[in-house]
Amino acid sequence: MTPEQALLETQAAVEMITVVIDGFEVTVPKGTLVIRAAEKLGIQIPRFCDHPLLEPAGACRQCLVDIEINGRAFPKPQASCTIPVENNMIVKTQLTSPVAEKAQAGIMEFLLINHPLDCPVCDKGGECPLQNQAMSAGRPESRFEGVKRTFEKPVSISSQVLLDRERCVLCARCTRFSEQIAGDPFITLIERGALQQVGIYEEDPFESYYSGNTVQICPVGALTGASYRFRARPFDLVSVDSACEHCASGCAMRTDIRRGKTLRRLAGDDSSVNEEWNCDKGRWAFKYLTSRERVASPMIRGEDGELHEASWPEAIAFAAAGLKGKRAGVLVGGRATVEDAYGYSKFARVALGTNDIDFRSRPHSDEESSFLSSVVLGLKTTYKDIDKADQVVLLGFEPEEESPIVFLRIYKQLRKRALAVISDAPVASRGSVKLKAQLVSDISSISGLTSKSVILVGERLGEKVGALSAAVDLAEKSGAKLAWIPRRAGERGAIASGAIATLLPGGRPVSQASARVDVAAAWAVDSLPANPGRSTSEILHALIVNNLDAVVIGGVDPLDISNTALSQLLNSFVVSLEITHSAVTAVADVVLPVAAVIEKSGSFQDWQGSARTFEKAIADSLSRSDVRILSMIADEMGTPINLPTVAATAREIAALGNWDGAAISFEKTSTVKTLATEEKMNLTSWRLLLDLGTLQDGETNLAGTARKATARISKTKAEKLGVNEGELISISSDLGSLKLPVEISEMSDNEIWVPRNSIDSQVIANLGFVNGQVTVVKA
Amino acid sequence: MDNSLTPRSNDLGLTAAAKANAPIESQEAKSFAKQLQGFWVTFITMFKKVNTVEYPEVKEPTAERFHGRHQLNRYDDGLEKCIGCELCAWACPADAILVEGESNTEEERFSPGERYGKVYQINYLRCVFCGLCIEACPTRALTMTNGYELADESRAKLIFEKEDLMAPLKAGMLQPPHPMAPGKTHIDYYRGDIKGGSNG
Ligand code: SF4
Ligand code: SF4
Ligand code: SF4
Ligand code: SF4
Ligand code: FES
Repeated sequence: MTPEQALLETQAAVEMITVVIDGFEVTVPKGTLVIRAAEKLGIQIPRFCDHPLLEPAGACRQCLVDIEINGRAFPKPQASCTIPVENNMIVKTQLTSPVAEKAQAGIMEFLLINHPLDCPVCDKGGECPLQNQAMSAGRPESRFEGVKRTFEKPVSISSQVLLDRERCVLCARCTRFSEQIAGDPFITLIERGALQQVGIYEEDPFESYYSGNTVQICPVGALTGASYRFRARPFDLVSVDSACEHCASGCAMRTDIRRGKTLRRLAGDDSSVNEEWNCDKGRWAFKYLTSRERVASPMIRGEDGELHEASWPEAIAFAAAGLKGKRAGVLVGGRATVEDAYGYSKFARVALGTNDIDFRSRPHSDEESSFLSSVVLGLKTTYKDIDKADQVVLLGFEPEEESPIVFLRIYKQLRKRALAVISDAPVASRGSVKLKAQLVSDISSISGLTSKSVILVGERLGEKVGALSAAVDLAEKSGAKLAWIPRRAGERGAIASGAIATLLPGGRPVSQASARVDVAAAWAVDSLPANPGRSTSEILHALIVNNLDAVVIGGVDPLDISNTALSQLLNSFVVSLEITHSAVTAVADVVLPVAAVIEKSGSFQDWQGSARTFEKAIADSLSRSDVRILSMIADEMGTPINLPTVAATAREIAALGNWDGAAISFEKTSTVKTLATEEKMNLTSWRLLLDLGTLQDGETNLAGTARKATARISKTKAEKLGVNEGELISISSDLGSLKLPVEISEMSDNEIWVPRNSIDSQVIANLGFVNGQVTVVKA
Repeated sequence: MDNSLTPRSNDLGLTAAAKANAPIESQEAKSFAKQLQGFWVTFITMFKKVNTVEYPEVKEPTAERFHGRHQLNRYDDGLEKCIGCELCAWACPADAILVEGESNTEEERFSPGERYGKVYQINYLRCVFCGLCIEACPTRALTMTNGYELADESRAKLIFEKEDLMAPLKAGMLQPPHPMAPGKTHIDYYRGDIKGGSNG
């Protein structure tokens, strides 16, 4: 349904009101603000504080118009952004009313009295509503002869956001956003009169994951991003619509490129997904491309054990020779686009003749494999279901940390109406606190869900034995809608493309002969492998015990899987498709450079399963997408996969379509209770939004707003250990240990929580597992 | 009033011009005298004072306001006036200027205030010497000199970098980066209160 249709549908139910604006009639639903009714007629009333997604504030007074109701005029011009339309209302804007025009000019003059002459050094210059509206509604010459009020500038309100108080027009957009949309009221308007300014709470810095949005909606250059400061003017930039590669929320984005380099990214506008917002990671983490050394040309490991540059034909031939006739597996990584994942899937089946392919570069289980290949592709839950939900259940999922736009959607509903949020986390994260989540220790104890509830399952739920089965049971029992929300942008698309052992593209089960025949016919091959494939950990294990000879790896950080993954690669033939040099390229036999998101076109699937397509932002880039390189290797091996371009791949995917037969059934597993002993504690961890993730490399300003790593334990436990808040404890497993300051929280006494991949707390590297039994002592 | 459009004078010089330009149609002997007359003009010119000079040995000054090569100016203590605002680049009708701004830091200060021009290029293959960039510059950082010797053998050499465009350091000026004069702020610089060199 398009937004227009949706509007029509609601129009039937909502009372319509006709008003006259500047002599033109317009009919709008009751409750529409005058400023928006005027927009419908194409009449633009100047404004600063008005924002369609924020509650009206009437703070700047720039939108004054003359209003008359039932023949009685308001004695003074009124702010059109705060007044809803009424029957028999006649509005005269600056176009027809000299009074309104004079009022607007007066307000503009007041605004400019203390506004600095900063345009040449102001990042907003050239795209500044104040500049534009000063031209349309202001005086050509200033009458002000006094001394302007000045403030020290700029003050940083976080390591990422800078504030020039002199430029602020006190519109309260930033403060309203923080409070109403993000739920992080760390900034507010302080002082009064000419000294009024935006301020931060001294003891509580502005550490919001959404702070970048305030920079985007500030109508002047008062809030600027440290990373974009002084970088460019709007006329330098080539803007391209894109999709965010950082998580499965699926934000629409705009990427601004200057001379082949990304200078900034802005939230795009998609009312059905991210509205007009995004998170700071999506906005600012784009330097990973330039922070590490780029793989400049194909490389081959020579006799001397070093990597040497090679030509494309040489490298492709070398890779093909190493793979042909060998037993090889494929590790895709969760960052691949749908097209690339499809390429890997087809390459594994056709060129390598195996089902040994897995996209999961993270802890995983057989129960999860079964869940992913049976349940996930049938899930139809969307953001709209969250908008209508009675209850939201979060299982193995921290929306603010793992899918920030999902958090914003839940928070929006929570502010509007009574919405119950239930979470199975052992301790309340800041997101849970904001959502007023009720914590439960056991999924089976959740009851009273209605059919209008949604159960949001995160990828971490698969780490607990039996938990996914319990979640599916819960959904079946209550009729609530189920959704699976992975962290990475490519995971849902990877399942749909068959980058997993059990599925062929389009959700066709490998185990069904008819599905294999179907795909084999479409791919013009005689048959497809039928024997069951291996998962990521099984592939790595098989490499060690010589059940596999070679592996093709694209975009995997071995430390996301386990602390032994890298060493498992050492003795086999490794073909690495990578953007920058990494731990994998260091042990690879062939390294083939691939294009980053801005250099290629393609699509992701967000958690709802809908496509988020993006075009090449750097038009003249010579880097190639993974699928093109795989296609070249397959040609060289004599088993072509015929996927020469991303567009051709997309066409093939569309032509193949989805499986219409029955999905395989989910093999449920029963829950195993792990009992903590007196000495050992149960460790839980999840990744924070801003952490040591590879895609955040090189962005120090962003890293400055990451939350500090702490170990959270209960008060009783802290007393027993003899530590106070902030003192160090040492957490150890058989494989290693880490030291973190204590944060005393409300939780059960034998539970401990640490961040999974933050500074000083890299759980997989330091402890060897993500959830398990640890010994905790005072350090 | 008489509205008819009659020329003020019939003699606009057109008749005379037509006469003078009339081709020599007659090939008779008496036209020989006329031809001699023509050669005489050539001959006599050889003894007149010439208008051209023997460039490049001799160079004449240009008109005072001649639009020549650009220059990026400095304050009296050597700090750069350019704030990297790109207004010149924006004003340029030929898209000849490329500027990239950067933040000054306390350790590395190139100009007073927060911002300086890190990259500054003018492409003289494009520049049409219109001077609009000069008008746009808010700090009088960019001005034009009278220099007109802008020929070179490659395209690359005609893209002038910041080093090529910076005004030379005069006596008392210090090569940036260096701090602002002690006790002075960027406002003092913009007001023109920084006199004399040697860092204040
Ligand atoms: S906010 Fe706008 S008007 Fe104010 S200094 Fe910046 S560009 Fe100029
Ligand atoms: S900082 Fe910007 S958004 Fe915030 S009140 Fe000032 S002008 Fe408005
Ligand atoms: S003189 Fe004119 S054409 Fe040349 S750089 Fe300046 S604005 Fe551009
Ligand atoms: S020369 Fe002038 S107009 Fe150009 S960037 Fe520098 S300060 Fe701005
Ligand atoms: S836009 Fe109406 S008061 Fe600000």
